[in-house]
Amino acid sequence: MNRIDVLKTYKIFIGGKFPRTESGRYFHLKNAKGKLLANMCLSSRKDFRNAVVSARKAQGNWANATALNKGQILYRIAEMLEGSKTQFTEQLISTGSTKAAAAKEVALSIDRLIYYAGWSDKFQQIFSAVNPVASNHFNFSTLEATGVVSIIAPNENPLLGMISLLAPTIVGGNTCVILASVTNPLVAISMAEVLNTSDVPAGVVNILTGDREELLPHFASHKDVNAIIYCGDNLKEIKTVEEMATENLKRVNIYRRKNWGQGNSQSPYFIEKCQEIKTIWHPTEV
Amino acid sequence: MTLPDLSKTPKIDKVGVQERTNRFCVRSIKTSAKIHGLHLALSMIDLTTLEGRDTPEKVKQLCYKARHLDDSIQGLPNVAAVCVYPTLVGVAKKELIGSEIKVASVATAFPSGQSTLEVKLNDTKYAVAEGADEVDMVISRGKFLEGEYNFVFDEIAAVKQACGKAHLKVILETGELDTLDNVRKASDIAIHAGADFIKTSTGKISPAATMPVVFVMLNAIKDFYKETGIKIGMKPAGGISTAKKSLQYLVMLKETLGDEWMNKDLFRFGASSLANDILMQLKKQETGIYQSLDYFSKD
Repeated sequence: MNRIDVLKTYKIFIGGKFPRTESGRYFHLKNAKGKLLANMCLSSRKDFRNAVVSARKAQGNWANATALNKGQILYRIAEMLEGSKTQFTEQLISTGSTKAAAAKEVALSIDRLIYYAGWSDKFQQIFSAVNPVASNHFNFSTLEATGVVSIIAPNENPLLGMISLLAPTIVGGNTCVILASVTNPLVAISMAEVLNTSDVPAGVVNILTGDREELLPHFASHKDVNAIIYCGDNLKEIKTVEEMATENLKRVNIYRRKNWGQGNSQSPYFIEKCQEIKTIWHPTEV
Repeated sequence: MTLPDLSKTPKIDKVGVQERTNRFCVRSIKTSAKIHGLHLALSMIDLTTLEGRDTPEKVKQLCYKARHLDDSIQGLPNVAAVCVYPTLVGVAKKELIGSEIKVASVATAFPSGQSTLEVKLNDTKYAVAEGADEVDMVISRGKFLEGEYNFVFDEIAAVKQACGKAHLKVILETGELDTLDNVRKASDIAIHAGADFIKTSTGKISPAATMPVVFVMLNAIKDFYKETGIKIGMKPAGGISTAKKSLQYLVMLKETLGDEWMNKDLFRFGASSLANDILMQLKKQETGIYQSLDYFSKD
């Protein structure tokens, strides 16, 4: 007897839950041969707004979690992803990757998480300083999380690209709302399931699937978002991001690279991109 | 003023109430209707601070907020009232001179109501003497649950007398009344004892205002109006913190009591963070850009 296929409903990830888009809209995800793979949520600006509310709510506690704890949680994500390697590799292959490329992308993704897990209690020392001043003060500069970060993930490397941005952002105490790869959102939503079982507090990472052109202005203009990371080389989109980010003087980080498997795709500077430097003047004993 | 025959109080169909209130939450209110609704909700807010750590400066700040909700948005109404503890009524009164904003004070051993009648009456008289335009009293929930309805009735009537010209809002603290049947009974007692408003909660107990509870209270008001022609006001308080929720309450009000109740003389929101959320929504409507609390004054 043939079993009836059990097909999965792919939803979005907001505040540690998997709701459908409030708009009720969806789009078809097809493979290179035009075969329907899944129906994905076509998120609306209201989904984005809800995600920002969740991210804001989670941000204070996440920034105050100890560096050790944040590192452990990142390592835990890597462990969970390791356990789902086959699923992710298959999903990448189903959407056009070669077998070798898919395996490499998943392995690199896991390694990248571990890389940033290690930096959790170390980046502060690299970027902080005790500054010499000509008065009776201790003067030191330390890093603080920027806050809520919106991320337009790259269309290329749907898993590795997203993780390469997500990991340094959250390890620095930020929370984020991600628009997954538009061309291949399948692995991004599967990644949400991994995040949800990895002790990542609700709201720290929120993932939407949908249309870039529709959501980009809101990702860039929302006044409760403190920084935006944009991946891509569409000049019109970059202009939109840069202009609308001035609304509340967001930090703007633009990555034009297409290949997140290169050697220079990971470094503590990716963490520093979403950090604010606070300088403290403290009187010394006279 | 006599205690009504409570055996004739209608029994509440809990499932039916829930179904009905769910319907109020799916009305589509957009663009100009939304802006109108938000303005109306703003004008009905009792901006409230009821904390042990309240200071005169905190109340002054709240009063300033009441008068200047957001000067960057054109044509905003003022809130209806500022609600404080009796000892801070004088401060609020002074700060609000020259405005139409009323000063409301809680009284009668707020929030527990566990004290003697004498203390409660003195509390009320003090608040009124300090200049309170409105008094928010709490009922004795313990006595109510014991079935001492006469006691509760007499107490409300006595406080009403002590209020003089000040309006009396009676807080039922529905979160402690357990059932909707009790809510209806307590509403009837309060209304017949002379309440000008009935109010859901102190804000100190969870759950505070919920739509089913408010719906039951609105129906008590409706039945009393049909019987006597007297209009009693309604004030949900506590837990209403979003603009969307406030619009849903206004929908419920309109569809239960009608247009005559759609003003600050007969409907209030007891809230603190609601005002800022409405302001953020109005600004969003004006600019098309989602807002952040960072750009609005604290309340």
